[in-house]
Amino acid sequence: MTETATVQLSRRGSGRGLSRLERAWKVLIDGNVVGTISKQETLELQLEPGSHSLRVRSMRYLQSPAESFQVTEGRVVGFSCRSRSSHPFLVQRSILRLAASLVKHDLWIALDSEVTVETDKTAARTKLPRPTEVLAGGDRPRPEPAVSTPWRVQAEPIGDAPALGETDVAAALVVKQLSKRFGGRTAFSEVSFEVAYGQVFGFLGPNGAGKTTMVRTLGTLITSTSGSATVAGIPLSPENGVEIRRRISVMPEAPGLYLRLTVTENLEYFAGLYGLRPAAKRIKDALDAVNLGDRAGDLCGGLSKGLRQRVGLARTLLSDPKIMFLDEPTSGLDPVAALEVHNLIIGLRKRGVTIFLTTHRLEEAEKLCDRVAILNTTLRTVGRPAELREQLFQSALVVKTLAPLDDPDRFFTQIPAVESWRLEDPASYLVSVSDPRVAAPELTRRLVGARADVLSITEAQHSLEDVYLELVNEDVEARRQ
Amino acid sequence: MMGLDFGRLRAVVGKELRDYRRKRSIVVAMAILPAIFLVQPTLSVFLASPSTTSASYYSLPLLLLLLIPVITPSTLAAYSVVGEREQGTLEPLLTTPIRRQEFILGKAAAVMIPTAALSYTVFGLFLAAVWLFANPAIASDVFDQGPVLVTLLLFTPLLAGWAIVVGMAVSVRASEIRVAQQLGMIASFPPLGVVVLLGIGTIHPTFAVAVEFAIGLLVVDALALRLVSRMFDRERLVTGARAA
Repeated sequence: MTETATVQLSRRGSGRGLSRLERAWKVLIDGNVVGTISKQETLELQLEPGSHSLRVRSMRYLQSPAESFQVTEGRVVGFSCRSRSSHPFLVQRSILRLAASLVKHDLWIALDSEVTVETDKTAARTKLPRPTEVLAGGDRPRPEPAVSTPWRVQAEPIGDAPALGETDVAAALVVKQLSKRFGGRTAFSEVSFEVAYGQVFGFLGPNGAGKTTMVRTLGTLITSTSGSATVAGIPLSPENGVEIRRRISVMPEAPGLYLRLTVTENLEYFAGLYGLRPAAKRIKDALDAVNLGDRAGDLCGGLSKGLRQRVGLARTLLSDPKIMFLDEPTSGLDPVAALEVHNLIIGLRKRGVTIFLTTHRLEEAEKLCDRVAILNTTLRTVGRPAELREQLFQSALVVKTLAPLDDPDRFFTQIPAVESWRLEDPASYLVSVSDPRVAAPELTRRLVGARADVLSITEAQHSLEDVYLELVNEDVEARRQ
Repeated sequence: MMGLDFGRLRAVVGKELRDYRRKRSIVVAMAILPAIFLVQPTLSVFLASPSTTSASYYSLPLLLLLLIPVITPSTLAAYSVVGEREQGTLEPLLTTPIRRQEFILGKAAAVMIPTAALSYTVFGLFLAAVWLFANPAIASDVFDQGPVLVTLLLFTPLLAGWAIVVGMAVSVRASEIRVAQQLGMIASFPPLGVVVLLGIGTIHPTFAVAVEFAIGLLVVDALALRLVSRMFDRERLVTGARAA
């Protein structure tokens, strides 16, 4: 008869010194989110015998370790650790944090082993502390290690994509630890991400975050200082510049058209540079794609900014590129012109074109992008917009009543599903809950029972803008500190 | 110059010529100086007295016509790279598969074509005027200046080539169009020292001297073109910073 194992996961410590992003960790068992652990909470799970994977994701550390362990006859008998970071320090820190969080249960069994951290660039060894050193009390008995071999910590790709080595051919873009410095100024540092073919990938960040420099680097206009990348299947290097440029197209922020030439003449020039012969049909198709067929004979100097942007887009379509880099394509456009560009990008996405879109318009990214990355010199996060919202923000309900509750603290804290609450307005409360589907009906019943005049109970919605501001503001705070 | 794609070269040249045609004022401005340089040789021929002047008297006025291929292209060449950069057209251009040699050579050829056409047209007009309207004795003296005429023929593209390459070198490095054009103009003058040496008699203009100088200038032009290609640094041009 199989026996399930009871596994308790907990976070210790006060959380002092941790940012808000670090405090709530999402726990994934076998890829499924099983709950969130905040400071000094315990998550108890029943696990079937077999092999399980454990991942604790914090927004702050994208490099949080991935663990796997074995359950046999109600006991956890094996444990190993892999980290997605190639930076030994981050790996070590993540493991130490995880050690602190796992100390209460059987997963601790192997944590007294010596860890070997191996990465592409560096190798480091670190001795993990004994459980007693992690525990404040120091009186907990240390289980015998079940695994005596050293752990090997290997580089793993960001996100849920397969390992980098396996996807070099399949991915349109693979960027590993890429950095660019201009003298003493760092444009971007140790950036890693992947973009699959057919995706619209949003690259967000404030002014000066390094977005345009990234586009220029991947477009072979400038050379990286360190790291590596594969663009459309070709390793990024000055020697491969021509071959890469054959497979991509780039639209800089300003379309850069020859204003004394007509739309067609501009496109003919670029068709010649891409070696497209005969070019007439390609030009016609590109112009039709951006609805400019009837303006083909117009001088570019006489076109509005929006129309010039469309010509720029037509130019990037000419060579049928594997990847299109669009650097802030709606910058400076009025809402109508921006909407036209959006529709064009949506059309391109439907046609399966891979698009790398830099923007600081968050609603644009939310609308157009399959995945987004937020850059502020370093990569702050990468993922699908919905995932990022989910990872960063705890579920919450917004409760609005006609009049303020008599004793809101007593009222909310007696509901088990409620984790915390705060007053938004005199009669509006933001209530953090573990699961809104459980908490909302319970909360409603209690409010009705307490004869409160409820105006609304809604789930708090967070936009990509909230994610962005949270991350970018945190950088500002960190710099201030 | 291995691996040059002539399709891309043709595209660059074609676009430049189309741009000149569209902006006729460029061509008109180019033609003003040659017209001025035509005045002095023409006057010296038509005002001279056949009985008092020797045949060598016509050498210097003829050699002054060599100023045309030096001065005419310098402005256009100096504009070629920095101009694209200031217009914002350089970055999209550099994201295409074009190699820097193709870009430089295409741009140089696009400046050379109107320069050579204009210079030879002016020479042709001058010689035609002498042939048709000058005193027959003077016309005979002018056409007797064989080495000088060969020099005009050979040195026109070579001096233009020098002026273009120097102008482009300045353009690749300059941060502003006006600076590039002024420096390009100044830097294109040194080969005219040879003309001066010929004029003051330090160098006797023989056929052999003309050919030797032509070969020398050809080599210098080719080397300078390669050098400009190497100076063409995409990163510096796009960002203003030198590649690490």
